[in-house]
Amino acid sequence: MAKNVAVIGDAESIKGFSAIGIDIYPCSGSEEAARLLKNIADSETYAIIYLTERVYNQTAKERSRYEERLTPAIIPLPGVTGNEGTGRKRLSSFVEKAVGSDIIFNN
Amino acid sequence: MAVMNVNPTRMQLTKLKKQLKTAVRGHKMLKDKRDELMRQFLELVRETKELREEVEAQLENSNKHFVNASAVMSKEALDASLMSPKQQINIETASKNVMSVDIPQFESSLRTSDSGDIFPYGFAFTSFELDDAIVSLNNVLPDLIKLAQYEKSCELMSAEIEKTRRRVNSLEHVMIPRYQDTIKYISMKLEENDRSSRTRLMKVKDMLLDKAHNYSGKQQ
Repeated sequence: MAKNVAVIGDAESIKGFSAIGIDIYPCSGSEEAARLLKNIADSETYAIIYLTERVYNQTAKERSRYEERLTPAIIPLPGVTGNEGTGRKRLSSFVEKAVGSDIIFNN
Repeated sequence: MAVMNVNPTRMQLTKLKKQLKTAVRGHKMLKDKRDELMRQFLELVRETKELREEVEAQLENSNKHFVNASAVMSKEALDASLMSPKQQINIETASKNVMSVDIPQFESSLRTSDSGDIFPYGFAFTSFELDDAIVSLNNVLPDLIKLAQYEKSCELMSAEIEKTRRRVNSLEHVMIPRYQDTIKYISMKLEENDRSSRTRLMKVKDMLLDKAHNYSGKQQ
């Protein structure tokens, strides 16, 4: 079944994504973000959900439910305010989980 | 020595030996699985890392264009020009099995046949910066989808590796030594029983002979 792509974040960072065919869900505040994420992740209509770094860090509890599932893939992206390194940290945490210590990002 | 709570009988011994054999075989296979998964995972992570760096740089670039556009245009005009999007991405999801881990495969397609058909506004009243922003964002799109696929795969694989590693370790350091110790304990116990019954028989034989021929009486 064909699914779509969504992005959640502050309006400034995400409005451009609507032009290239990604559904945008602007939000402000962590509670709203958490509720939005839960709603659109459970609706099963999205294969990929991008989050801005701020939203990503605010919704750790909600995200954990989808970690083991194939879809949706929940991916952090840097917002308009600059790169905080969340994506890098996330990858490094995977390496740490698998190998026991981070052997890729430590230099 | 960690000995299981079992009866030291021959039947238990054969059963345990069979279980040990299975455990050793399972341990070897899981170890192979872990090693292969680890190899593929590290390869994937390296690729993902490069891709992410690239995508983040491109996104930053497109964000710069957006900031410029919003400086030139009023917020209302900008929002209005992006209000009714033309495009819609459809993702076909499939799964690929890598060493018993299902990883996703995303195949994207657009609603309109022309992939360049992205501007949801007329060019008359918008800034060229906005065009640049949208073009650069559109250029990242394939990488963005690939990144999602790679990162999700990394996530799923790292979880599986952790699980497999735990299993390997528990087999190697707990289950197998326990079986070995218990097998040793049972075989020692059986040998000990054997010896004790043999000495008892010898003793009984001596006593019977003594009674029949009265050895001890003759000696006196």
